[in-house]
Amino acid sequence: MNNPLIVSSSPHLRSSDTTSSIMLDVIIALSPALLAGVFFFRVRALLVILVTVGACVLSEYLARKAMKRESTLADLSAVVTGVLLALNFPATLPLWMAAIGGAVAIVIVKQLFGGLGQNFVNPALAARVILLVSWPVQMTQWITPGPDAVSSATPLAVIRNGKESVEGSLPGLLQLFSGNVAGCIGETSVIAVLLGAGYLFYKRIITPEIPLAFIGTAALFIWVFGGESLFAGNFIYHTLSGGLMLGAFFMATDYATSPVTSKGKILMGIGCGLLTGVIRLYTNYPEGVSFAILLMNIVTPLIDRYTIPKSFGGEKASA
Amino acid sequence: MFPRKGFKGGAAVPHRKNTAEIETVSMGIPQKVAIPMSQHIGAPCETVVKKGDFVKVGQIIGDSSAFVSSPVHASVSGTVVEISPRLFAGGSQVLTVEIESDGKQEIYEDIKPPKYANQKEFLEMIRKSGLVGLGGAGFPAHVKLSPPPDKKIDTLIINGAECEPYITSDYREILENSWNILCGIEILMELMSFKDVWIGIEDNKPEAIRILSEMADNHDNINVVNLKSRYPQGAEKMLIYAVTGRKVPPGKLPADVGVIVMNVNSVSFIAEHIKTGIPLVKKKVTVDGSAVKNPSNVEVLIGTPLEEVFNYCGGFKSEPAKILMGGPMMGIAQYSLQNSVVKQTNALLAFDESEATLPKESVCIRCGKCVEACPMNLIPLSINQGVSNQNLESLKKYHINDCIECGCCSYVCPAKRYLVQSMRLGKTMLRNAAGK
Repeated sequence: MNNPLIVSSSPHLRSSDTTSSIMLDVIIALSPALLAGVFFFRVRALLVILVTVGACVLSEYLARKAMKRESTLADLSAVVTGVLLALNFPATLPLWMAAIGGAVAIVIVKQLFGGLGQNFVNPALAARVILLVSWPVQMTQWITPGPDAVSSATPLAVIRNGKESVEGSLPGLLQLFSGNVAGCIGETSVIAVLLGAGYLFYKRIITPEIPLAFIGTAALFIWVFGGESLFAGNFIYHTLSGGLMLGAFFMATDYATSPVTSKGKILMGIGCGLLTGVIRLYTNYPEGVSFAILLMNIVTPLIDRYTIPKSFGGEKASA
Repeated sequence: MFPRKGFKGGAAVPHRKNTAEIETVSMGIPQKVAIPMSQHIGAPCETVVKKGDFVKVGQIIGDSSAFVSSPVHASVSGTVVEISPRLFAGGSQVLTVEIESDGKQEIYEDIKPPKYANQKEFLEMIRKSGLVGLGGAGFPAHVKLSPPPDKKIDTLIINGAECEPYITSDYREILENSWNILCGIEILMELMSFKDVWIGIEDNKPEAIRILSEMADNHDNINVVNLKSRYPQGAEKMLIYAVTGRKVPPGKLPADVGVIVMNVNSVSFIAEHIKTGIPLVKKKVTVDGSAVKNPSNVEVLIGTPLEEVFNYCGGFKSEPAKILMGGPMMGIAQYSLQNSVVKQTNALLAFDESEATLPKESVCIRCGKCVEACPMNLIPLSINQGVSNQNLESLKKYHINDCIECGCCSYVCPAKRYLVQSMRLGKTMLRNAAGK
């Protein structure tokens, strides 16, 4: 024996999971929504996706270089942010705006706060909201799916502004489920989002607490308060519309900006659901998922602080 | 057969029980043994022999008057050639007696099957036998069996979970000496008045479950429990919870919930000792790992240098980069092949470079996998942060001292962070701060 033995503290065995394998799984889980988006909104959607992801990856590379830090492209987190952001854009968005969105997400929201795991809000959502207040018209320019794209309102906007007067223009539940409606590239197809979510559960990338609490609370709130009288809201329609599914499974579960304990995750989900219901029913915005998640992102450290569990067999910690 | 029982959290570690079907072989007498005076939790022994003395197998060479301690015996007959402190893999200097074997393995004259009339004499016999917890912790058995009188003990749990990868020495003992295990249990039941005895075995060892279930069939109070194969099922607190549903509070002992836990090899030894009177001078050891030529189960005399055990198993097929005493999850890395097999040694593993290389740590992504995996319900990522920031208040807030150091958090971490390692550091930081 020529070389000295390696002496280290146990465990001497590690699982095969890595940060990049997890990110790759998230990308795989997002691919049904990506494909559905491209199928419904054609080449425009593809261009928006490519530009957004490209902008995110390039920003990540340049930001790390400017800060003289190790390149983190290999962890694939910039790609995930890019895909999530693109799925939250309308297919008609000018490409230069998409690029700016990617740069804002990576440079301002993620890297300036310390990079992966340190950002206090979800980079994709924060960038979406920044774009929404900067270019409200372009960010809400919806088109109908298919080759002869004409501008159209989203189902939620129809409910919000038109109510029964425009009943005829509301798509049916089946259309909502498949995604054949106006909306963001990745939000419209419920079935595609659910397929991806199933993969995330199967690979144990996410746990059910946040999405179930989120969707359940939002549905309950809208059922109780969303109708002409109490308990008459059309919660099924609301649940399948807008960004709720994508947000609940892919955005609210973002590791860096959601609580780590089971109890904390349930609180996060309930908070997101309540805020979504309140915004959808009582504000001028037809859609509230992004804002709800961002607000809950901000209280995540607080939730974490007050949900320290008791040790096995032990007493509860004082906060 | 009972339904599978388990605990919350833990990790699905690979089993790698490559040596499960390999019968134990006795490796014979080494030329020289080096026997440390501390192979247990508690006060180290003082030597009762001098350089030049002739000793025989089973003769006491080190003892202590402290209650929490355990005497040490010569494992070979021969001459004491050296008594000097040696660096232990744990980092401390331990007085070590080197004996050059005369190859005859003469048994010490005083050794005969022990007699005991009552519990007190029985416990004294156990103390003299040098028995410590053979599962790896090395807690003196007579201390474990002497709980304070105010603790009402009603349950004995025999730990045959063997949840660490690679190790099969408990499994082989069940297959090869099941009768001793049952005898040992009966002896303990008679003396300690346990109401129930449970033998916990992970369900990846169906043959062991079958054998002991059949034998336990004629005993109303002895039952075999089918445990879910999940690490760390064999950890005392997790085992007690899985079997009885009782939770041992942090900082408390199994006796506080009326339970005593003993390893299968420990109870088997008790039966064997009562038959022969020979104290603890040998150990059943699983030898495995990517660098080992012939993975085996070997009966080894205590004090045998590791190198000789590996040589007995065909030597190394590739250069070993890391040598472990114990399993890969909690085993202790050895700095030298000249270190000795001790009482707690249940496995010797040798890994080549590809498996021994330390992973590079990257940033925490807060995935929460460590939180899910922690069987003690802690938040390892927050403790890790507290250690990095040297924030002692935060360490207490996150219950760092309740950590059992099973290593699940580090195992599952995708960022390959040194989580449990930082907890050990954090505990030391707290101890040092308290000592000031």
